[in-house]
Amino acid sequence: MQGDQHKQHISGQFNAELDAMKNHLLEMGGLVEQQLSRAMASLLLRDSGQAEVVVRADRQINEMELQIDEECSRILARRQPAASDLRLVLAVAKSTTDLERIGDEATRIAKQATKLSELPPSAGGALELRKISNHVASMLREALDSFARLDVSKAIDVVLDDGAVDVEYDAAMSSLVRLMKRDPESISSVVHEMWALRGLERVGDHATNIAEQVIYLVLGRDVRHMKPGELQSLLKSKES
Amino acid sequence: MKNHSIDVKALKRAPTPSQNADVCLQVENLSLHYLRSQNVALHDVSLEIPRQRVTAFIGPSGCGKSSLLRCFNRMNDLIEGSIISGHVWLDGEDVYARGVDVATLRRRVGMVFQSPNPFPKSIYENVAFGLRIQGLNKKRVLDELIERALRSAALWDEVKDRLNENALVLSGGQQQRLVIARAIAVEPEVLLLDEPASSLDPISTLRIEELIYELKTRYTIVIVTHNMQQAARVSDMTAFMNLGRLVEFGETDTLFTNPRQSQTEDYITGRYG
Repeated sequence: MQGDQHKQHISGQFNAELDAMKNHLLEMGGLVEQQLSRAMASLLLRDSGQAEVVVRADRQINEMELQIDEECSRILARRQPAASDLRLVLAVAKSTTDLERIGDEATRIAKQATKLSELPPSAGGALELRKISNHVASMLREALDSFARLDVSKAIDVVLDDGAVDVEYDAAMSSLVRLMKRDPESISSVVHEMWALRGLERVGDHATNIAEQVIYLVLGRDVRHMKPGELQSLLKSKES
Repeated sequence: MKNHSIDVKALKRAPTPSQNADVCLQVENLSLHYLRSQNVALHDVSLEIPRQRVTAFIGPSGCGKSSLLRCFNRMNDLIEGSIISGHVWLDGEDVYARGVDVATLRRRVGMVFQSPNPFPKSIYENVAFGLRIQGLNKKRVLDELIERALRSAALWDEVKDRLNENALVLSGGQQQRLVIARAIAVEPEVLLLDEPASSLDPISTLRIEELIYELKTRYTIVIVTHNMQQAARVSDMTAFMNLGRLVEFGETDTLFTNPRQSQTEDYITGRYG
């Protein structure tokens, strides 16, 4: 049904409502990406000014969540969408929640940056943080891109990638624990970095959730809780 | 000799009714032509309608959904020049076999039409009509059966004190429920509903839908509707038809969330046309 997404309804107004809802989600996604990137910069540079900008901008993301949810409710009530239209509304509603949570994680990371900026500089886990940050930012970008293009193969790649983030997260945590043992002076700052690390791992989970919604939207298959092997078969069947 | 030889392959291909007890009505390779209009109403339709569930037929005007419904109790026999081929089995019995008593068939397969059509008689006599034809005339028995039918049609409480009033004084929604009571009084196996709520207001429509939900525990219900949301609300199975062909038939939950055919997708999402 992928191609049918682009066919026009008899009702032009309905087309416009669905397009607006999807565009608002992608707009919110762009804003969330920017928040995450700023939060990470503030953390790595220990820049409280930039962190403050992130905390303040979270309100805008919350407002967008309310606005998109209202659009979804209105379409459900007034249009009673079916098939791919229904799946689009459900996928947008669920992805909005994930984007809002990513916004919350960005705010949490920014708050850790503010606390770190008040501490003396120390050799922390910047390397690990940068690595995971780049990874989950890329997952989020790909998830949003797959939503925009209804690209199910790309969405499956994102879901499969989540396991790698979990492995990186475990390795980074172990590395930071070793650092704390070696240099107890660093504990106060490393604890904040661990919170940030935890937040980044959650961002990976939310990006995965969005990609799962794209698969549901395009294929009508609910792949949540599906094992990686089953997903890989789905990807193969899609490619063949 | 050739004329008398038996074509074994043809025998193997000979259609047979399903042995599945959950199948109430089985349609196989059914085609219907109207000679007068040179119109082919149904093209090679095959499907199995499950017992004691609600099956909805949806599709654009002229797609053949009402024609298919009318094949189940041979209402098309009444249309001059209609030619039918293929098979319709009711509980494994061929509806179009020679010797089938059409009156008996229509008692087993009751029908309710778009516009409520009560007889210009009392409420009581409307429901008693089919029972009297069956030879039931004892008042005590009739009283009991009529009350049961009116209760089943969720109308008893509204009419119990005025059973002798003319049925035509009832509202449209009440008249439609009375017609359903009349149909179920004779205890059919199947109830065919042809756009049963299209002339009713939203509240009466919801009452009919609620009634359908209750009746499916006892009857196999087949409903034709233009209202897709109604099909989604009331049916367990949905068949989408277009240009006399069955495009897709499946569980309503699946058909309305993830249809297999792009034609179905286009129709139910309003991209048709």
